[in-house]
Amino acid sequence: MLEVNNLSKTFFAGTVNERKALRNIDLTLSEGEFVTVIGSNGAGKSTVLNMVGGKLRPDAGTVRIAGKDVTKLADHSRARYIGRVFQDPMAGTAPSMTIEENMSLALNRGKRRGLGLGVTKAKREQFAHELASLELGLENRLKAKVGLLSGGQRQALSLLMATFSGPKILLLDEHTAALDPQRAALVARLTDEIVNRHRLTTLMVTHNMEQALKLGTRLVMMHDGEIILDLDAEAKSKMTVPGLLKEFEKIKGAQLDDRTMLQ
Amino acid sequence: MITAVELGLIYAIMALGVYVTFRILDFPDLTVDGSFTSGAAVAAIGIVNGMPALVATILAFFVGALAGVVTGLLHTKGKINGLLAGILTMIALYSINLRIMGKANVPLLGEDTLISPLRQAHLTGGIVSVLIFFAVALALKFVLDWFLHTDVGLAMQATGDNEEMIRSFGVNTDNQKILGLALSNGLVALCGAMIAQYQGFADVGMGIGLILIGLASVIIGQAIFGTRSIFMATLAVIIGAVLYRVFIQLALNAGLDPNDMKLISAILVVIALVLPQWKGFSRFGRRMRTITAAAEKQKETV
Repeated sequence: MLEVNNLSKTFFAGTVNERKALRNIDLTLSEGEFVTVIGSNGAGKSTVLNMVGGKLRPDAGTVRIAGKDVTKLADHSRARYIGRVFQDPMAGTAPSMTIEENMSLALNRGKRRGLGLGVTKAKREQFAHELASLELGLENRLKAKVGLLSGGQRQALSLLMATFSGPKILLLDEHTAALDPQRAALVARLTDEIVNRHRLTTLMVTHNMEQALKLGTRLVMMHDGEIILDLDAEAKSKMTVPGLLKEFEKIKGAQLDDRTMLQ
Repeated sequence: MITAVELGLIYAIMALGVYVTFRILDFPDLTVDGSFTSGAAVAAIGIVNGMPALVATILAFFVGALAGVVTGLLHTKGKINGLLAGILTMIALYSINLRIMGKANVPLLGEDTLISPLRQAHLTGGIVSVLIFFAVALALKFVLDWFLHTDVGLAMQATGDNEEMIRSFGVNTDNQKILGLALSNGLVALCGAMIAQYQGFADVGMGIGLILIGLASVIIGQAIFGTRSIFMATLAVIIGAVLYRVFIQLALNAGLDPNDMKLISAILVVIALVLPQWKGFSRFGRRMRTITAAAEKQKETV
């Protein structure tokens, strides 16, 4: 479903600040696969996500979604295939518009927008039905402005908006990191439910190793622009947080040794 | 004073246009100083050359929209800062407006305009013409309200509210900005055409400082009536435009020099922008908004 081939990106090329963010990344997600991506700061996790989403263009390599090469498509042109939830709860919704208006914006993902009314009675019923699945009571507040909601509510709404109109790929960029533990747990649970219900092909970046182990069907660890560990469902179910840390130390240590040898 | 209300109701059309860019798109668009005059020039030249007044007025709308498209292209495709893009189009339009008119002033005396039937029936300056102008402003307000609630309109609102979010739902925000600027400047030019017919001439300098009047109308109206919904916000803009004219009329009645009006406009806008930040006033504004909100709620429950 999602195919990333030989992806490379260097920031500030040719300057003293030159930094290789991605070194020839290959990653293939089959349909319905839910991959969690972990790694230290600057490992390249978000860069991969932004390239799939279209916010960044790679220096080399291709991104394919359902067999279609989207590498050169602008972010809004490939949005019909991709649902996104951002880290900032404020980023995924329009604050001065109402809940039902936000839902309407999401319903038309990637479609031609015409002069039909954005919110009709039939659509309002559909929105209420979808919102009820969040169990936050938002279905009774359709006309409330989204800016009035709490961070957790907004992020849950973002998640629903990113998923209910049937994207091919779901991209989650540390979408629970900015929430308090209780809200983060709620959004994580909703993520699990929604991804399972729609059988969405999902790529989730997280800082939280426990979450990365708990959610998803596959785990990828990145370091310094490379994928250093790729666990399938079975290996992932046996893995623990200390186990991951040990793996990380082992691989990182080996790399450090290589570098010291070279110097 | 009736004349001030009449003028305010016509200028409300322009204020609705400024509302689209300033509030919906969050884009301070200075094109309006030029496109207002363009609308007046196109309508005046059309009418003088025998075009039916209604056709000339509608043509003015499209010429204004074209000016908006130019500013939009400069900003989105040319990556020029929004303020500067507006100024560039405004300055260029000054020459273009002179070209359209052929001279600095085109009189419309004795021509058949949209206003002349009212003048001949001696209805201007009376309650009938106030009602007619109010109906026109309301009709345009309702069309704008409707548009902003369509799928395109919602996408335009979201473009001004959270650009990155709406791009992630597949909207080309560049196109939305261009469309919004076209709509806005179309309304402004339409207003210019009406004003030229109302006052009986088009003048190359008639748009100078107009953006201030537009901003003053939007800010005054919304400071008093709030922005709870699009319906209320656009109504507030119309009332703001009338209030602005009334303030100016009061200033003139008090014996102030008409040449000082631009200075007074600027001071009014500064007051309208600064005052709401002060504590005492915000309490007053909040109380006004609570009253209107309560009234609306009552209406909803009834």
